[in-house]
Amino acid sequence: MTTTHDMDTSPPRPALPPTPPDSIWRRAARHPLLWPLATLALILAVNASLNPGLWHLQWRDGHLYGSLVDIVNHAAPLAVVSLGLTLVIATRGIDISVGAVVAISGAVAALLIGNESAMVAGTFTHLSRMPLALVILGALAAGALCGAWNGLLIARAGLQPIIATLIMMLAGRGAAQLLTGGQILSIGYAPYFAIGSGFFLGLPVAALIALAVWGGMTLMLERSALGLFIRAIGINPRAARVAGVRARTITICVYAFCGLCAGVAGVIVSSNVKSADGNNAGLLMELDAILAVTIGGTLLTGGRFSLAGTVIGALIIQTLTSTIYAIGVPPEINLVVKAVVVFAVMLLQSAEFRRQLHAIAVRPPRGGPR
Amino acid sequence: MLKATGIDKRFGAVAVLEGVQLHLRAGEVHALMGQNGAGKSTLIKILTGVIAPNAGTLALAGHAIAPESPLASQRLGISTVYQEVNLCPNLTVAENIFAGRYPRRGWAGLKAIDGPRMLRETRALLTRLNLDIDPTRPLGALPVAVQQLVAIARALSVDAKVLILDEPTSSLDDSEVESLFSVLRGLRGSGLAILFVTHFLDQVYAIADRITVLRNGRFVGEWTPAQLPAPALVAAMVGRDVALASAATIDEQAPARQVALEGQSPRLSLRDFGATRRLHPLSLDLHDGEVVGVAGLLGSGRTELARLMFGLDAADSGTLQVQGRAVRFTHPAQAVRLGLAFCPEERKADGIVGELSVRENIVLALQARAGLWPCIRPAKQRELAQRYIELLGIRAADSDMPIALLSGGNQQKALLARWLATAPRVLILDEPTRGIDVAAKQELMNEVMRLAREGMSVLFISSEIDEVLRISDRIVVLRDRRKAGELPRGTSEAEVMNLICEPVAA
Repeated sequence: MTTTHDMDTSPPRPALPPTPPDSIWRRAARHPLLWPLATLALILAVNASLNPGLWHLQWRDGHLYGSLVDIVNHAAPLAVVSLGLTLVIATRGIDISVGAVVAISGAVAALLIGNESAMVAGTFTHLSRMPLALVILGALAAGALCGAWNGLLIARAGLQPIIATLIMMLAGRGAAQLLTGGQILSIGYAPYFAIGSGFFLGLPVAALIALAVWGGMTLMLERSALGLFIRAIGINPRAARVAGVRARTITICVYAFCGLCAGVAGVIVSSNVKSADGNNAGLLMELDAILAVTIGGTLLTGGRFSLAGTVIGALIIQTLTSTIYAIGVPPEINLVVKAVVVFAVMLLQSAEFRRQLHAIAVRPPRGGPR
Repeated sequence: MLKATGIDKRFGAVAVLEGVQLHLRAGEVHALMGQNGAGKSTLIKILTGVIAPNAGTLALAGHAIAPESPLASQRLGISTVYQEVNLCPNLTVAENIFAGRYPRRGWAGLKAIDGPRMLRETRALLTRLNLDIDPTRPLGALPVAVQQLVAIARALSVDAKVLILDEPTSSLDDSEVESLFSVLRGLRGSGLAILFVTHFLDQVYAIADRITVLRNGRFVGEWTPAQLPAPALVAAMVGRDVALASAATIDEQAPARQVALEGQSPRLSLRDFGATRRLHPLSLDLHDGEVVGVAGLLGSGRTELARLMFGLDAADSGTLQVQGRAVRFTHPAQAVRLGLAFCPEERKADGIVGELSVRENIVLALQARAGLWPCIRPAKQRELAQRYIELLGIRAADSDMPIALLSGGNQQKALLARWLATAPRVLILDEPTRGIDVAAKQELMNEVMRLAREGMSVLFISSEIDEVLRISDRIVVLRDRRKAGELPRGTSEAEVMNLICEPVAA
């Protein structure tokens, strides 16, 4: 489902419809999700050609296994963070503190769980200081609070979004390091691991959480007027205010929600790696998230956004990362490889660049020496 | 000093100026008057070399000139201060005055900026203007009025012979205007020729030695203030024979309706309602089914009144009562909830949300009042949009096209539709007919009258006096951000004009 330009629920069209009557083909070609989907298909194809096992899915011990499942599962934290960021960007804002908030949320979870253990029924078991629900709630609340603070600075104090969240990016990273005492806090409480690496009905829980966030947001945006208000604020905040839209309140809520999403991602990440690392958890994640959002077709200038596009964007980034690992690119050059691919993807996304490319490809024959 | 004769200027097929003349004399303040679109700014642009005339001559101190750029005209000694202070608030006073031509030190000016010399010369200039400010302070830290004076100082720093001031007083309060005027009088005494553009009539009579009036791109005449009392000046600007009141347009039902209003408590009532620098406190009542027109020149406080009433700006004195209940709006949403609606003057900046569809623009206010939930279903939105598109005759291919693609008049109608959809009790229209064609104007006015007959109270703000006269049950006249008076239905255009321009009786 898309939440792009209007509120109707049109499923993403296939990139290449069969036997095209002109109008359907043209509509597909104009569909905002066409290029993100094509990019994802391309990267998957490259991956598959180097790693023939990519498409191999199997059902083992009541769980679904396979490279694709891993990709989707690993993409989950990024997808959740990017979904929250999508709304922020739609209001013509930005939040570069999401990575730091991921670290904070993980650290809070680790602290609430604590490091107690005991002999239970004859086996050595790690315990949690708090009930699991409270642990998760605490971590999410920490994230939402950081986001709300960003929102207050931006909507009430009038700071530029990039500055307000830059402050949170630095202060938040510092707070996370303070919470973890600069160490990697390892988490031993087994039930917590289910979030990041467990399975539910045979499917990975992390991916299901991302799906739930996506579904919940889509429902919220389509069933309520939030989507309309967010786009109005992103396009013309003054006019939105005159029309009676509570622009400031909505802006604050949107940032708080973005923080909440980062909190969710923090829980998933810390559960997956069974530890909270104030220094490295979520490091540079904000950049991946901004990339995912833009690849998905959301405009940084606000007003137009696509949740489905963002999810595809997150999958593209994760597939790319997995592919780089899978084909054995040496670690010291994998950032360079990633940069080159992202560069190519962004060029392809640029309508202007495509127009130039098209002009070169179909240049009238008279013009050149050929 | 500066003489322009037979100036013609065309943009495409449209003649903006035709045979305009202007004669500025040394040691005089010359007021250039005219309504919006009369050609004042075009004439200034020609004098300052921003654009070239199609015909006509300019002569400075007897020599023909043809400045090709603002810089060229500045070198000739023609300096301009524009309406908005276009200096850099983050630079110091001295840096602003010398921006772009800093005095340099060293061989061929290769070394650094000569700071001490810049400060010295700035101090000398400021002394000439009787300004006691520290040239090293950042400009943004100073009040707007002082910034305006710094802009004048900058204009004078190039050995100006002619100083052009384009609406320098629009952002100043009374005492600031007075201090500006005392500076201007000093400059006049030193032999400068000053051209002063303003919409404030009392200021013209306070300072001008001569008045030139333009209307629709033509030269109407040149007078001394003594020859041209205020009503005659307005008549010259507006160009109507003021004696001819538009009695034919008066609605026969008016007396009956006036009676009906008696004894009815007002829907909305203002008491000593105002805000510093924006609007002097005023009182005003709006009854159900009544159209109250607001007349006044640009800058008379019309828009300020509307914005304060709607909670877009904060009032700091007096009370606003809706149905007898005192309210203090801090956000338009509160006003909307109490049944107020406001079509702003700045359609692009404050009105339309350009990339949203016509449909979304129409439902925006209704949805904002309803809150996030329940959302108006798309089908219902289309139906609503379609209804108003038909009702108001909005020419849109379909309701899903972006509103930015509509023409100005249709955008205005869509904005009206946005508010009508909320079924308001009080409708505030600020210049609803600005920039739209005659037919659309008439349709809009008919719609407003129909709404009033159905019981809505309307505050109709317009700079077109005949429109205000035609539509209003009562006319409130604003002048210099004060309420100058209230006139009943049936008032002649001349009476309104008298009130618009007559100096405040103390």
